[in-house]
Parts: sequence; C-alpha cells; structure tokens
Amino acid sequence: MLDLLKLRLRHGFQAIPDIRNAEVLSTFRGFPLIDESKCAEGCLEYKNVCPAGAIEINPLKIDLGKCTFCGECERVCKNGAIKFTNKHKLGATGREELLVSSGTTFEEYYSGAIKTKKEIEKVFGRSLKLRQVSAGGCNGCEMELAAAMNVNFDMGRFGIDFVASPRHADGIVITGPITKNMAPALSDAYKSISDPKIVIAVGACAISGGVFAESSELNRKFLDEIKIDLFIPGCPPHPLTFINAILEFLDRK
Amino acid sequence: MSWAEIKNLQSISLKEIPSLSFVELKQQLLDSVSRGNRLVQFFGDKINEDIILYTILADDEQSKLFVASTKFKEGDSYESLTPVAKSFHLFEREFYEQYGIKPEGHPWLKPVRKGIAGISNDETPYEFFRMTGEEVHEVGVGPIHAGIIEPGHFRFSCHGEQIYNLEIELGFQHRGIEELFLRNKNNPIYLLKLAESIAGDTVIGHAGAFVRAVESLGGISVSRKAMMIRTIALELERISVHLGDLSALSGDVAYSTGSAVFGALRTKIINTSLAICGSRFGRGLMAAGGVNFDLTSDLVNEIMLTINKVEDDVELAAEVLFSSASVLARFEKTGIVTNATAKEIGLVGPAARSSGLPLDVRSDHPYEGFLLFPVYKLTLNSGDVFARAYIRYIEITQSIKIIKEVLDSIGEGELIAQNKKSQPDQFVISMSEGWRGEISHCAITDYNGQLRKYKIKDPSFNNWLAVALAVRKNGISDFPLVNKSYNLSYSGFDL
Repeated sequence: MLDLLKLRLRHGFQAIPDIRNAEVLSTFRGFPLIDESKCAEGCLEYKNVCPAGAIEINPLKIDLGKCTFCGECERVCKNGAIKFTNKHKLGATGREELLVSSGTTFEEYYSGAIKTKKEIEKVFGRSLKLRQVSAGGCNGCEMELAAAMNVNFDMGRFGIDFVASPRHADGIVITGPITKNMAPALSDAYKSISDPKIVIAVGACAISGGVFAESSELNRKFLDEIKIDLFIPGCPPHPLTFINAILEFLDRK
Repeated sequence: MSWAEIKNLQSISLKEIPSLSFVELKQQLLDSVSRGNRLVQFFGDKINEDIILYTILADDEQSKLFVASTKFKEGDSYESLTPVAKSFHLFEREFYEQYGIKPEGHPWLKPVRKGIAGISNDETPYEFFRMTGEEVHEVGVGPIHAGIIEPGHFRFSCHGEQIYNLEIELGFQHRGIEELFLRNKNNPIYLLKLAESIAGDTVIGHAGAFVRAVESLGGISVSRKAMMIRTIALELERISVHLGDLSALSGDVAYSTGSAVFGALRTKIINTSLAICGSRFGRGLMAAGGVNFDLTSDLVNEIMLTINKVEDDVELAAEVLFSSASVLARFEKTGIVTNATAKEIGLVGPAARSSGLPLDVRSDHPYEGFLLFPVYKLTLNSGDVFARAYIRYIEITQSIKIIKEVLDSIGEGELIAQNKKSQPDQFVISMSEGWRGEISHCAITDYNGQLRKYKIKDPSFNNWLAVALAVRKNGISDFPLVNKSYNLSYSGFDL
C-alpha cells in the first residue's frame, strides 16, 4: 500500500498542460521548408531518392500526403534545398493543401490548411467519438493514435474519444493503405456510422497508399465513394499532430 | 548430414547449398529435428519451371544453421512433415498457398492469408471448424476489434463461458511486401522504408535484419560505433514495447495505476528514440552500411539519465504490480502453454522463454553489439500470463543494463560505410532478436547480384498458434488478457 502511494506520488501529473502550444523536440521531422533556388541540377534525382515518391520537380514540391518524413532528401541535397522543421501541426482539410511549394513558410501552410464550417463545431464541437479502422496499417499509426489517449496527451480532456462500436461514433479514422482483404470491413464500418459523420485519414498510407501505393494487394475504391474531411500526414503522425488537427477542425480555441 | 553449414549473416554461394531429393531431405530433416534442431525457415522460390524449396534448421546451442534445398515441378506433391514435426504446420501451408505444392497428409491444410469470405470470387471462402452439441455456441470477433489495434478474425467455440477451441483467421493486413521487395529491387532506399513498415512496432528489428542482410551480401563492414548505436536502438525498442505491454496488461485487469505509470514510462523511452533520430519508433535511423544519426556525448548523457530514471521507476512499478493480489488473481494460471507444447509448435522469443524454452537469437546466433556484450538467456517456467508479464519486466531490466554497458564504451567511428554491390548468386539468412522474438530475413541474389527472393519471417508467424492453444479451457473473458500477453503482430504475419 505504501509502495502504491509512493508510486502515485513519483508519477505525479504528467499530462502536457497546453496541447495547443506544445512543441516537439527539435530532432522531429515535421513541416519541410523548400528553397528551390538552392536546388542544383543534380538534385533532379530527388524523385528517385524519395522512397514514397512524394517529391515533384519543376517546380519543386513535396506532397505531405505521401511523405514518410524519413529525411532522405534532406540528407542527399548538400545545398539545403529541403529542410525539415519540427513544426508538427500538419493536418489539412483538402488534399491539395498538402502539396508544399518552394518558399512556403510553416505559418502560411498552417493558416490555410484547415478550413472548417460552422456546422462542424455545432454538431461535433463539444463531443466527438471516433471509430478507428486499421486497413493494412503497420501498427505505427495505431500506436500513435492509442498514445493520443494516454496520460501524456490525454485527448479525452477535450471530449474526443475512440469508441468500440461504429454505432456510437460520429466519424471514422482510417489508417493503412486499405488492403483488398480489409476493404469490405472498412466499408461496413463506415456504413454503420449514422449521419452526419466525418472521415479522417491518418498517415501517408491512408492518404495516398504511402510506400505501399503500388502494391497489387490494395483496394482503395472505397475512397472514391466518400469524402475525406481531414488529412493527418505523417509516418506515423505524432499524437500532437492528430489532436491539434482535430481541435482546429472543430474550431476549438 | 550433407547440408550446408552456415552462421547467422554468413552469405554463401547458392552452389554450396545441396539440392537433395525430397526423400533424402525429409529423412535428414527429421533426423536433425529429432536431435533437437529447430526449424527456422521453409520457403519456396520459383525459377522457370522449377520450384525450389529451401529449408533452414538451427542448432542453437552450437550457433549453427543448416540449409538444403529440394526441387519440385508445378503440381507436384510431397508427404507432409507436419504429422511427425508439428512446427512445420504453418510453413507447409504457406508453401502450398504460394506455390501449389501439396503436402499430402497435412492434418489441416487451411489458408494462411487467403480465403477470407467476401473478398474475391477466385478464392473459396474458408469454412471455420465447427463444434456442435447442446449449449455449444460460437463467438466471432473481428476483423475490426474494439480497440485501436490491427485487424484479424477470432472464432471461438465455447461451452458456456469456457473456450473449447479458438481459430484465428489472419491475412487482412496482407500488403504484398515480399512482392514489393522484388519489384523494387533497384531502389535500396525504398526497400529500407518498406522493411521499416513490415511491422511498425518493430522498426529497428526488421530494418536491422534487412540492412545486415544487404551488408552481408555486399561484404560491407560496419563500424563498431554504428553497430553500438544499432544495438542501443534495438534495446530501446524492446524496452518501449515491453513497457507498453505492461501498461496494457494492467489496463486489461483494471489496474489503472499500472496502466498510467507504465504508459508514461514508455513515452520517456520512445521520446529518447525521437531525440536520437527524429522518430519515436526509430524510423530513419538504420542505413545499409551503418546508421544515419550520431550519438553525441550530450545525447549519451541524456539517454543515461533517462534510462536510470526509468530503471528506478520500473522497479517500483513492477514491485507494486506483481504484489497486487487482484492482479495476480488474473495473471496466474491463466492461458498456460507448457514447455512441451512450446517446443512442439516451435515458439520463439519471450513467448518461448516464458514457457521455459531458452531461445534468444542475441545469445544463440549473436550479431553486432551482442558479440561484444553477451546476453544471458532469461527464462520462466509457468507459461502463463504471469510469466509473460514478468519476463517483460526482467527483460526491460536486462535491456537497460545492456544499453548502459554499450553507452559506456561507445567510442568513435564512421557512421556509414561505403556501399558495395551485392555479390551474385548468394544466399544469406539474417536473424535478429526483435522484442517479439526471432526475426529472420532470407535473401537470395541472381546472377546480377540483384534480389531474386526475399523471405521475411516475423516471430508472430511462429507464435500465433500459441494464443489459440493458451485460451483453451479458459473463460472467454480472459481472452483479451491472454492475447495481450503475447501481443503478436498482424501486419508482421500478413506481410
């Protein structure tokens, strides 16, 4: 009993007090700054360097929906045309917003990335229950989503929770590139959620197929039938990326 | 025995691997298994009309591996090995599913990753084993589970509350990784990222096995410092997942203090990985030829501080956890797998060690840091949830000790060695001890030195059957606890 008290005391209070303004370690690879003027001719090989095919050339752009944030391009370009910052607030409501161009600052990206409607705040603002479905996810995104609920990040404090039944949910969180074998189950789960509902795609795999994009074992047809409301880039996204994107989407200041 | 004798990470020319007739192979293989040798790999490779079956056995005490092959033609069949050596059951099913070579007399030749109902008209949906009788009922769970975890289907046949049989249907996560390996054989950076995504909780484990295979094929020698950094990363990965599992096990028995405390300790460890390489799961650290990130002396001090703190806290938290009567009432004698069963079905990793089976690649087939800092094999005998929880605690302590030793003598050296082209017509097996147990990657190169076959085995492939056997005669309400005590990978199995 005494040991238990000692343990509780030593554990203390570990929740991050201010989620909205929390910073991630400087080593974290988040928003990339691109300076095309530093891109010498040889850098055209970027396209082959990127394992996820996230780099577009002429003009130079990075697609955060494909990027795995491995930092390989940053290492290869000795001139520093690409530099990853530790800015983690990467969520966006539109697929095209995820395309980062040369010269775009983080502040510019962030201010335009999440566009929300008043109805969203009205319907989901005070309580949002989500059903997560892993459709070929490697357990990276899944672990980070679970971590969003732990004592450090404690997403529950905002009234945002993961629930077991899609019938109890207001929306679906998709991870993984959507394998053929999971496509029907994912579709069933989506249909089981009552309207109005939101769809959140978490991680490079869910957004674009990620490193599995070319696999013949995927079936991403489901995505043609629905609209993704929120994209959370990363491989996997940091729990703070996920929580902040949702808070922004819900327009919760 | 005429098999080629090799060591972990020793590449040999394909010519040195004897091609035996199936009858010879079978006889020698069963002799070898009866002497205590263990099956590591059993997989096919198609060359023109021939289907070559490679078999790798391990003599763990002597740190030796034996490899031989045999040839089949399309549509051939052979006499199944499973009735005599049960650990072959899943390997034979996989070989049949991929190449159509039928093991005659296999006791239960069901699909491995195919046959899921409602997916494809080309596949016959698998029909589950059915138990009938008064008061017998079935419970189906999945593929989507209650929590934020990967998908798989569990079919329980119960009598009242008691589980009589559990069938586990996997394959939902199948992403065609082995095929992607071959399709992108010219893009080593892509392959590394792919290896990191075999199982996202075992990034260092699988990426490590991959880069060592590549280094062995190209004769690349990695600096001592890079090896030490890899060793630290692997042990950090082990500590972090074990802490997460202790947190989840606490949560499963409604011991919320444990759930919170172990969870917060895990955060400290994965944030250490973040400080090293920018990813909480070690992504981006590994490179063929070394590592991408250095450990500066500041970082070394920081890691030392963190693990010392974690060590103290884990000791206290474990003391409280394992002396709580309500926790022990749920952990002890729940989900038992006996030593004999563990051996028979070929378990690996902590799952094996908690059933008294002393297997640990770090000690049996040492590599990198473990050649310099030998690992003492830890085993427990009860084979229940308690043993699988407690072994995590003692392995955390052991890993912390390893990291401290390595940090003390990390030294200097280049981070990445010059890349070299893989040699043609080579064969290599790269084994490593991930936190779940023995990971093995087998690479074969063609006449150009490019990958012709890449075979991956996650420890979950060996261990899933243990979950099904452990829950028999247990109450169905204990299933989540037993399942969590193994915490096996769906994506690592499904590939």
